[in-house]
Amino acid sequence: MTTLDTAPAPSGRRAASTRPPTHVVADAVTMLHRNLLHMVRYPGLSVFTIVVPVVFLLMLVFVFGGTLGAGLPGAVAPGVEATGGRAAYLAYVMPGILLVTIAGTAGGTATTVSMDMTEGITARFRTMAISRAAVLAGHVLGNTIQALIAVALVLVVGIAIGFRPTASPVEWLAVAGLLAAIAFTVTWLGVGMGMQAKSVETASNLPLILSLLPLLGSGFVPTASMPDALQGFADYQPFTPFIETVRGLLLGTPFGSNPALAIGWCVLLTVVGFAWSIALYERKSVR
Amino acid sequence: MTAAIDIRGLRKSYGTTTVLDGVDLTVAAGTVTALLGPNGAGKTTTVHILSTLVRADGGTATVDGCDVARDPDGVRAAIGLTGQFSAVDTLLTGEENLLLMARLRHLGAKRSRARAAQLLEQFDLVDAARKPLATYSGGMRRRLDLAMTLVQAPRVLFLDEPTAGLDPRSRHTMWQIVRDLVADGTTVLLTTQYLDEADELAGRIAVLDGGNIVADGTPDELKRLVPGGHIRLRFRDEGALDAAAHALASSGATRPADGVPADTAALSLTVPTDGGVSVLRALLDRLDRAGLEIDDLSIHTPDLDDVFFALTGGTPRENRGTTTPTKGSAS
Repeated sequence: MTTLDTAPAPSGRRAASTRPPTHVVADAVTMLHRNLLHMVRYPGLSVFTIVVPVVFLLMLVFVFGGTLGAGLPGAVAPGVEATGGRAAYLAYVMPGILLVTIAGTAGGTATTVSMDMTEGITARFRTMAISRAAVLAGHVLGNTIQALIAVALVLVVGIAIGFRPTASPVEWLAVAGLLAAIAFTVTWLGVGMGMQAKSVETASNLPLILSLLPLLGSGFVPTASMPDALQGFADYQPFTPFIETVRGLLLGTPFGSNPALAIGWCVLLTVVGFAWSIALYERKSVR
Repeated sequence: MTAAIDIRGLRKSYGTTTVLDGVDLTVAAGTVTALLGPNGAGKTTTVHILSTLVRADGGTATVDGCDVARDPDGVRAAIGLTGQFSAVDTLLTGEENLLLMARLRHLGAKRSRARAAQLLEQFDLVDAARKPLATYSGGMRRRLDLAMTLVQAPRVLFLDEPTAGLDPRSRHTMWQIVRDLVADGTTVLLTTQYLDEADELAGRIAVLDGGNIVADGTPDELKRLVPGGHIRLRFRDEGALDAAAHALASSGATRPADGVPADTAALSLTVPTDGGVSVLRALLDRLDRAGLEIDDLSIHTPDLDDVFFALTGGTPRENRGTTTPTKGSAS
């Protein structure tokens, strides 16, 4: 029994080179697999992220669409009849609905992350030689994929009720790429919110702020129709360039500086979400 | 012997609450050490610092030769932790949980499957392997939790109250698993509130109280610290009790300093003893000669419960840590 304090300093220190290298990519794939398995096993959250925007869409178009469409100034887009009404409003609101769909998936992200933090499995991951980024990347990639599936299904519903985009194949690719980037960004924010929240309940509510942003932007009515103060906010928040870029790609409306702004916001918010999430992950994994 | 765990002057506070106040502990490789202490003594905090979950405020700690603060990844490659809260993925099946761990240990697809199957067998979880965790009992979850920790045999294993809430059969299964691991060379640091568990498993016990190690030694060494051995005698009435107390106090059967505490309500006497037969015989002879009849007699040998209460009971004792080197008070 070696209990003497005079015992020599441990000499068993192994050289760093004999240690297995960190497998960031392999670990991220493993964690992604885990998160996809969760979604398949428990599809409740995923179904919710699709049903809500679809109900929203149907209500806006069929209940309010006639009136709201009549209030739109001039033609919505080159390919859309200038007569206003329901069809015009559907064309106008569709990009906004797609962004609401993406924003809504942040709620699912935050909920699953928060559940993980309280489950204790995250503490186990932290005691293992896994890259921190890989654990979070599993969440982010899984939820980005989920968001893209949700967006695609909502778009299909839109087309089924008469939405007619004029995008070329290249523009379709650009739409897919941009929506993926936005989903990636929003998911990082969702991860941060999920980790910030003290309980799963808070975690599922906090991201509602993101779902409100398309409403306070150019998603549902032109920002020019808003009071001055609100219009100022609406014009400079990230979701307006997101929506305007998607609208431009799908319907051929003028872009202005929106694509550059959209990409800039994506990069900025991703960096913020990533840094926030990693910092919280380090701090909060222990109960 | 090399030290698998070496802790020097470890400190940790949460706000104004000092949890660890200069803890020193060395655990030799290939041994089991139990960390005993009341709730809130800092056992879990110690384990969390050693497993890189919590950063210490002061002092140093090395695990398997790696410093927990400077080389956490080196520590993580060597350790396994099974905590008091089960760290399992409740949305997956038992088998999927094990495969997840195997993949994170980069065993490769084929070896992962083989290892998972082997562990399911070893931990008696084959029937439940493909069932969701919601259907698992507490004992099954604990076993799965430990199995996940053991996907790749750790060199140093931390068990934080591994059998809390388990039924006796599951506890014995858990103990056997720990013994097998140690036989294979794993170092184990175990925290527990069950003294029989420490007695059963650990070669060495460190008692943590108020943020300090207050005693440290083999179970037998610790038991010797505490004069818990006594004979308890009960008499029919108070007269007999008084007579007996008088007879024994003036006899050589007990050392004078020990005294003969009497409990008039229970009509009983407590006579300290080292448990030897000759002391008992002398005692009975003495009472015989005084013509006193004993209603009931029981012999108590000191166990870890006595040690635990004596060391952590609040009032400091003179003999605290006299037979083994312990940490002096730093507060």
